[in-house]
Amino acid sequence: MGSYLPHTPEERAAMLQKVGCSTLEELFAGLPEEVVLRRPLNIPEGQAELAVRRRMEELAAKNTVFPAVFRGAGAYRHYIPAIVGSVTSKEDFVTAYTPYQAEISQGVLQSIFEYQTMICRLTGMDVSNASIYDGASAAGEAAAMCRERNRTKMLVSAAAHPHVIETLRTYCHGAGAPLEVVPARDGRTDLEALRDMMGPDVAGVYLAQPNYYGLLEDAEEAARIAHEGGAKFVMGVNPIAAAILKTPADCGADVAVGEGQPLGMPLSFGGPYLGFMACKAAMTRRLPGRIVGETTDVEGKRAYVLTLQAREQHIRREKASSNVCSNQALCALTASVYMAAMGPDGIQEAARQSMAKAHYLAEGLGKISGFGLRHEGPFFHEFVTGCPVDPEKLMSALEAKGILGGLPLPEGGILWCATEMNTKAQMDLVIETAKEVAGA
Amino acid sequence: MNIPSQLKYSKSHEWVEILADGSARVGLTDHAQDALGDLVFVNLPQAGDPVAAGEVLGDVESVKAVSDVYSPVSGTVAEINETLLDAPETINQDPYGAWFIRVENPEVPGDLLTAEEYEAFLATEG
Amino acid sequence: MKLIFEKSVEGRSCSILPPCDVPAAELPTALARDKAPDLPRLCENDISRHYTQLARRTRGVNGGFYPLGSCTMKYNPKVNEVAAALPGFTDVHPLQPAHTVQGCLEVLALAEQYLCEITGMDAMTFQPAAGAHGEYTGLLLIKAYHEHRGDAARTKIIVPDSAHGTNPASAAMAGFSVVNVPSAPNGCVDLEKLREAVGPDTAGLMLTNPNTVGLFDENILEITRIIHEAGGLNYYDGANLNAVMGVARPGDMGFDVVHLNLHKTFSTPHGGGGPGSGPVGCKELLRPFLPKESVAQGPDGYALEDQPCSVGRVKEFYGNFLVVVKALAYIITLGREGIPQAAKHAVLNANYMMECLKDLYDMAYDARCMHEFVMDLGRLKGETGVSAMDIAKGLLDNGIHPPTMYFPLIVHEALMVEPTETESKETIDEAVEVLRRLYSQAQEDPESLHQAPVTTVVRRLDEVGAARHPKLIFPQ
Repeated sequence: MGSYLPHTPEERAAMLQKVGCSTLEELFAGLPEEVVLRRPLNIPEGQAELAVRRRMEELAAKNTVFPAVFRGAGAYRHYIPAIVGSVTSKEDFVTAYTPYQAEISQGVLQSIFEYQTMICRLTGMDVSNASIYDGASAAGEAAAMCRERNRTKMLVSAAAHPHVIETLRTYCHGAGAPLEVVPARDGRTDLEALRDMMGPDVAGVYLAQPNYYGLLEDAEEAARIAHEGGAKFVMGVNPIAAAILKTPADCGADVAVGEGQPLGMPLSFGGPYLGFMACKAAMTRRLPGRIVGETTDVEGKRAYVLTLQAREQHIRREKASSNVCSNQALCALTASVYMAAMGPDGIQEAARQSMAKAHYLAEGLGKISGFGLRHEGPFFHEFVTGCPVDPEKLMSALEAKGILGGLPLPEGGILWCATEMNTKAQMDLVIETAKEVAGA
Repeated sequence: MNIPSQLKYSKSHEWVEILADGSARVGLTDHAQDALGDLVFVNLPQAGDPVAAGEVLGDVESVKAVSDVYSPVSGTVAEINETLLDAPETINQDPYGAWFIRVENPEVPGDLLTAEEYEAFLATEG
Repeated sequence: MKLIFEKSVEGRSCSILPPCDVPAAELPTALARDKAPDLPRLCENDISRHYTQLARRTRGVNGGFYPLGSCTMKYNPKVNEVAAALPGFTDVHPLQPAHTVQGCLEVLALAEQYLCEITGMDAMTFQPAAGAHGEYTGLLLIKAYHEHRGDAARTKIIVPDSAHGTNPASAAMAGFSVVNVPSAPNGCVDLEKLREAVGPDTAGLMLTNPNTVGLFDENILEITRIIHEAGGLNYYDGANLNAVMGVARPGDMGFDVVHLNLHKTFSTPHGGGGPGSGPVGCKELLRPFLPKESVAQGPDGYALEDQPCSVGRVKEFYGNFLVVVKALAYIITLGREGIPQAAKHAVLNANYMMECLKDLYDMAYDARCMHEFVMDLGRLKGETGVSAMDIAKGLLDNGIHPPTMYFPLIVHEALMVEPTETESKETIDEAVEVLRRLYSQAQEDPESLHQAPVTTVVRRLDEVGAARHPKLIFPQ
């Protein structure tokens, strides 16, 4: 069997003698007889490292890695600069705990402070936390931030990611707070409907920019409607798009949240990803999770420390507004290194190239009969087309060429995505294949 | 320990000052601020909120703890001391100047303590 | 040291992306931001050195002994990292068709099978991203169970006063009110108080066993029976499972739902505060309520399916998948003998270390401990003025990560020590020697410990100032 136990038999015997036991089992003598497992676990025998490695490689080999990916829908394949993995695999970062002991944790604390600053610069907001699980749970936590005694209802756009809507529904149900879905019209949030749904019980409005269908929304107008109704405005943003789009702060958001995976995290079958959360200064104390602040040590030296902790579960217990404890610190570090490597121009270039390629693909597909764009108006790097044949037929044809096509939607149509990773040649091949399948 | 004689006190360590217009100011005693340590934030109710004697009106935070503050009187919050929101250290520096709320038409329970009684109470609490 | 923003130089950059091979798309001006985000401008060498400096100022398990109670800071095996970095796992889109992700689904299915066997549960979800997220999910299952039976009166969750803060916080988030029950003087659940607390409004109980003071509650079967007889369900907080895995199973103790911390018990690293993974296992009666998309074996291999009365979704996709890959590699490595061996050695190490210290330091509960023990420094503080915090800071000057301080709350000057099974005898002996030396230092020169640490890159921090006047970002 494999093992990470250091003791030699002699050492073990000496230690057992010290504690007054003759066997390891005696250490458990205080356990009630009925709860002690009297048989071996029904799991395979342990294995040495090489065998484990082979087993894991065998499992990994059962998956298909597509050389070209045109599927997004909440998980995006962007280029990850080499420096990112080099930094985030440093053992000190990987194996550290939450930085409770500030004096020996200045590195991780400073990295979080830098992350908070970068997220604020990206979103235009005033304060960021150290991260939360993902974009969907960030939306759930943001809804809790908006709630007041007499205002508990959350409104979410039907054009938000389905997982975000479902997670919000779970979080709101847990808290006993109502959730209503604002309908979409032509792929965008129906702002007239939103206006009608506002009322004195509405605490917050959630809108995604770009939305699930890749479309750009009139976020400023949505914010205005929310504020006129006395509610808070929560904006879910794609962080790459945020590099070129009007900031949530400029759109009037009170809270900006999002899925940070595009900032240097691989697809990884859905996780670990990164939930980022930032808000206006006035809502600082409602922000859940760890927050790092700058301070000084007894000699006046600049230093960083976990702060505003009295908001949190370990102090406020059942009165805490959130239970979050572990977050996604290493993913936040990943995002920081990504943003540092890309820089202001690089991240904008990634955004512009993603958008340009999506438009090239949309134009090519749109010319094929039956593949017309479902929605009008500006979009970022995703768009929905029709599909004149069973989408699975197209997907199989693409798969045979090493291409993961767009996501067939339950309501019909295909949600496509392109990023800077997709070459013109790949896109021409997709367009060509679509033509063949459509018989055009 | 500073216990001004003109004020009334609760066993949960709040003080009450009846003002000339009949309204009441409420704050935390010197003993309370000393026991709580350096305060870093205070959560106050809003003007217009009702408060009831013996019930929580807000809380104060130190770095590693949060403690409820109870209202010694019943009534309606007329005013809150907004300066505490930006400068919670005032509670440590000047506990009897750092009022939390002013209550209109306060109903003052008969069992609030006088300064002498509060001092004796502190002695028994050890 | 300088912040990354202070190292930024106008005109500097890394060259990452080649020129675009298609025409630019136009973004309507009304939707565009007015200037680029003010991220640092650096070359790759600047970035590499910056983070190397930060890594040097960070303490991980790789850097030395890390006996942080309740956190199970065991060694993080490297083969797990290698497995999780395989492109066959990292480069897989979560929405790929099922026939292209059979390996990922098998990972989840195997992890479910093995962890259900270890915990005595029947089904498991991997969606929760951390322990507290798992607690929340587990409580939603309990809530859905009672709601489904039409029993709306069960609104209360019972939590011992020794519990981790996430327990009551999770209960409140799930819409329950919390009933705190005091512990008995021996640190375990007070059965009388528990009987008084239960009733027709009891939804369930949350408990860790071994508990947060490191003791196995010998009344566990009576405790879970009291809750069941009152109509409630029992929730097992898996924070301390490392002490008993393969030795005793929560499912056999009367628990109906558990969460695990893969980042504690199953050796995945903590990453400076995450990502963790908090899978939730349950007995058959709760299976219908599990979050959306669990793995099932179908005619064409593995597939994802929704349970009929699912509580919904608590997260995107299927959880922190790569963390599950690491935990699976660990379970495959240890196997059926290695899992209980790890638990037994964790308990041996804790008892050995306690035994080596208890003539000097007072133990909060003088009994055989499980994987951790709690020292009570109340007497030392009374005699010398040296607090648990001072001893902790003294440890920093000796290259040892301090134990958990001031937890559980029921012990006032608590230091909670969890050595874990991967520490050698000489590491523990060295730590014992340091702690004994610090005890003498407290008697002889208490002021020197009030001053500690003095060898770290910064000394004690002004936490009051940080909280009173928060500076949470570097100004532009």
